[in-house]
Amino acid sequence: MTSVPISGGAASGHPGRRIRRFNRASRKAVLNLLGLLVALFALFPVLWMISTAFKPATEIYSLTPQPIPLHPTLANFRTVFSGSVIGMSYWNFLKNSLFITLVAVALSSMIGLLAAIALGRFKFKFRTTYLIVLLIVQLLPQQALVVSLFIDFRKLNLLDSLVGLILVYTAFALPVTIWMLRNFAATVPKDLEEAAAIDGAGAWTRFWRILLPLISPGLVSTSVFAFIFAYNEFVFALTFLGTDTAKFTLPLYVEYFYGQNSTNWGAIMASSTLFTIPVLAFFLFTQRRLASGLVAGAVKG
Amino acid sequence: MVTSSHSRPGIPSPAGSTPPGHKPDGSRHATDRPVRSAPVLSFRQRVGIWIRKRGLGPYLLLLPATAVIAVLIVWPAVQVGLFSFQNYGLMQISGVEPSQWIGFANYSQILHDPEFWSSLKISLYFAVIVVPLTLIIGTLVGLLLERLGPRMRTFVSVSALLAWATPAVSASVIFAWLVDPDGGVVDWALGKLPSWLGGGPSWAGFSWTNAPLPAYTVLTVMLVWTGFPFIAITVLAGLRTLPPELHEAARVDGAGPWRDFWKVTFPLLRPIFLVLALLSTIWDFGMFTQAYIITGQLGNRDEYNLGLYEYSQAFTQPPHYGLASAAAFVLTIILLIVTVGYVRAAIKQGAFA
Repeated sequence: MTSVPISGGAASGHPGRRIRRFNRASRKAVLNLLGLLVALFALFPVLWMISTAFKPATEIYSLTPQPIPLHPTLANFRTVFSGSVIGMSYWNFLKNSLFITLVAVALSSMIGLLAAIALGRFKFKFRTTYLIVLLIVQLLPQQALVVSLFIDFRKLNLLDSLVGLILVYTAFALPVTIWMLRNFAATVPKDLEEAAAIDGAGAWTRFWRILLPLISPGLVSTSVFAFIFAYNEFVFALTFLGTDTAKFTLPLYVEYFYGQNSTNWGAIMASSTLFTIPVLAFFLFTQRRLASGLVAGAVKG
Repeated sequence: MVTSSHSRPGIPSPAGSTPPGHKPDGSRHATDRPVRSAPVLSFRQRVGIWIRKRGLGPYLLLLPATAVIAVLIVWPAVQVGLFSFQNYGLMQISGVEPSQWIGFANYSQILHDPEFWSSLKISLYFAVIVVPLTLIIGTLVGLLLERLGPRMRTFVSVSALLAWATPAVSASVIFAWLVDPDGGVVDWALGKLPSWLGGGPSWAGFSWTNAPLPAYTVLTVMLVWTGFPFIAITVLAGLRTLPPELHEAARVDGAGPWRDFWKVTFPLLRPIFLVLALLSTIWDFGMFTQAYIITGQLGNRDEYNLGLYEYSQAFTQPPHYGLASAAAFVLTIILLIVTVGYVRAAIKQGAFA
């Protein structure tokens, strides 16, 4: 975990050699330069979006694009909030998105936690089979299932309804949630529970007092993943909310905004900024835990 | 083990096989205690004991998740298979006519549709180009990250992960703006490039999204941009697990960085690369959102990939849900084949231990 400079091994055996020292310094400079280039490549599109969002129209279509707005303006954001496109303000769509996302995350966390306890703390027949099925289910293409779900939801009157989306997001967030939580549930030492059992704690008490507090960090990171999935999801929202613009979620709103007036780039970028920045901020805030969970999910080590 | 029927049902078997989600605990029934001779167990307690005796705990805990997944994911997948053998369309969904079983007619219609083959080709080409490109760039960045100082490494990897975390819709809209013919920064920059690098004034106003090749070039760059951070961070995590002595030994034996990578690093990280390659293939072959937005919301039929082709069969007028289901089934089968490879790789890595 600590940083070990990779060049440390062989080269440091011969100190005082000027050329070698120069080589090491220039090597470091080259590596840092490459690192900066990678960071620039990664950040450029997002930075360009933010910068465009603050530009007045004259600068957006100027012959020489400027990286930083010369005359920053909030006009684009005003367009987004005033609801000049769909007739409703950005707040309406933020409200829809947050409602759907939070309910779906809460549901999938609760249901997923129960399943994760079963898979992480019990040995039973079909456990491995269940995990494999989960893995396959998780990788089924969503645009393939959307046709079938559309027909079912049409019969059940769940189209153009936030409830329908909540159901779908809960289900599709579950496999990953269970997979990640299972690893956390498996790491809680059995001795702790047994000690509590000997002290007379019932199953319910042991769950609330021992298992849940120890799993809660895992619950936080799986919720972040489920949140990002549900907040960003596009295919189901596009299909199920097709006609009722008032019920649009944020990604659908941004896409619709782009489709409706694809020349007003300032406003499009403003809506996209408002949609994206919370995700990125949320992500930055939790990235340490996320990155480790991400890797733990991909490569069990 | 549960037969000790003293009225202390709160004490579970120390083997820990009690379902923590179920609550046979007697806190509410503490009044039972004085009854000494014949312990009266409440219904809940008896159910709890029965569950424990049969080892049903884990199955009960799995029940809600299984029900949700079965109804909302597995059943729709099965239904897609069923619809693909029916003439399900506008008349059927509005209940005017019942649907009929038509055997393989949907499949034969799709297989005779040149648009299906061109969309399949686009999906395949795309995966074949984007997956290796993402893997190579991601691995190079991973190797670079390992050689950076701690601060620089954190800065670069967090920046990269921000690209990864950018929602697909935002990324698509941003790239659509970057390559916009009027005012997009890409055409401007290409126009400024010297002609020996392929630049020049002819790039002014170049439209990237009106023909398949330019549109998929944009999508390639976008998916590499989205995908490389995950590869880089995973490769970095893998590199950290390798003992440094191995590299030193290789260097003492006279191996340069190229040989060191292929003879030491790559063989040891092969399982990670396999998993990453399969996951990337699944994601890139099944790409939908980005292609939907960049190619103009189903507007350009010659730019469809398999996902767009399938979706357009169902959701452009008039709807052909049967045909769409057949296409979806083909898409799913192709992805399932890759998924089986992924699952086998995951098993080898001990993901189910």
